[in-house]
Amino acid sequence: MKHLISAGDLSRDEALLILDTAEELARVSERSIKKLPTLRGRTVVNLFFEDSTRTRISFEAAAKRLSADVINFSAKGSSVSKGESLKDTALTLQAMGADAVVIRHPASGAPHRLANWVRGSVLNAGDGTHEHPTQALLDAFSMRQRLGRLEGLKVAIVGDILHSRVARSNVLLLATLGAEVTLVAPPTLLPVSVERWPCQVSYDLDAVLPKADVVMMLRVQLERMNAAYFPSAREYSRRYGLDRDRFAKLHDDAIVMHPGPMNRGMEISAEVADSPRSTIVEQVGNGVTVRMAALYLLIGGENQ
Amino acid sequence: MTHAQNQVARAVLEGPDIHRALTRIAHEILERTRGASDVVLLGIPTRGATLAHRLAERVAQFEGVKVPVGSIDITMYRDDLRLGPARPLGHTDVPAGGIDGKTVVLVDDVLFSGRTVRAALDALNDIGRPKTVQLATLVDRGHRELPIRADYVGKNLPTAKSEKVKVLLSEIDGRDAVELLKGAAR
Repeated sequence: MKHLISAGDLSRDEALLILDTAEELARVSERSIKKLPTLRGRTVVNLFFEDSTRTRISFEAAAKRLSADVINFSAKGSSVSKGESLKDTALTLQAMGADAVVIRHPASGAPHRLANWVRGSVLNAGDGTHEHPTQALLDAFSMRQRLGRLEGLKVAIVGDILHSRVARSNVLLLATLGAEVTLVAPPTLLPVSVERWPCQVSYDLDAVLPKADVVMMLRVQLERMNAAYFPSAREYSRRYGLDRDRFAKLHDDAIVMHPGPMNRGMEISAEVADSPRSTIVEQVGNGVTVRMAALYLLIGGENQ
Repeated sequence: MTHAQNQVARAVLEGPDIHRALTRIAHEILERTRGASDVVLLGIPTRGATLAHRLAERVAQFEGVKVPVGSIDITMYRDDLRLGPARPLGHTDVPAGGIDGKTVVLVDDVLFSGRTVRAALDALNDIGRPKTVQLATLVDRGHRELPIRADYVGKNLPTAKSEKVKVLLSEIDGRDAVELLKGAAR
């Protein structure tokens, strides 16, 4: 493993290695000294061209817990707002000796391009509507932690699949790990290529819920809703929102996930979000450990 | 297939020898720590952790003291991480009582350069502050590169630096033995 750009690039063994490593590293977060010396003297650059609080903080905490030096670079107020191209930014980072570059970019494929320009490892922290592999890894980690397995798990991913990099990464990773994914969305919010994805598709949430072990609710991305994908927020919420009545249809061990940030009352009701069977808060903590594992495995040793 | 499998492995210790060596070490731990009341046994994965459990069993058997036993992975503290691809992590399991103020006995299968023990001391430092730290090893094969010595040794084994020492334990390998592999060019 040199880069982490797509969840689909991971073999089953590589994905399990990341999850197993994360499981060991989770103990570090429980100690009074939450730090390991492993990446001393290495530099991790957080290159964020898009607003993000939780992912950037999560990567920053992960790198710092491994003793790496962290440089945060956000597009706002930087040379990018003066018109610098991605390539020139990349060359600047290269000159600074970045061992790993964590990139979030509004354009799908930007991390892939970056990987050709820098010598260090590239970690995709979300590119456009394409992928967000560390989110998929932390989701898989959270599922395995709660339910004890991934093989044969029935996972429903509900909501705006069309704009969701989380959904795509999850589908690819969960298929590799042997879980059965069903995407649930109105037809307008499904990408055209969805029939080629390794998963099932349904338009009817109520039919899917009783069989699901995991329900992952996606955020309705209001900022991308200018093209009227559904008649009204109320109608969306009625047909695809997870409220108390729908929650009651789940079997007793099923869990509810959400990558955050949530629109309470829209795709998920406050009552469901705060229930003990929701993993939303622990997903955040797991994010740090999974990202520690990814950073360690990518730049902890000598690449080639 | 690999070079190592074509080499002649000479058994240096057999099952009963290992059994006797561990029995003696358990007695020595009890003697030197005056009954092992504050002792925590921490094995270095993989085989050190197995040995730590065996020692704990013997201590319990001889004097009825239940010694907390766990494991401490040192991978993240190694000084040679940059010399190869990232290694998978071993299991760290610190007993519930912690190690603060305790006598920690580190347990490893083979003591060689001393670098693993150095890493283990660093790892301990991040977990707590033991009163004393001691070291038990099944085989001491010499060639130290750091000022480190063992407090309890199963067998001192003179070796050439190019040789390899392999410890087999029934819990992991199906049988107990210590083998010396001649001239494994590394």
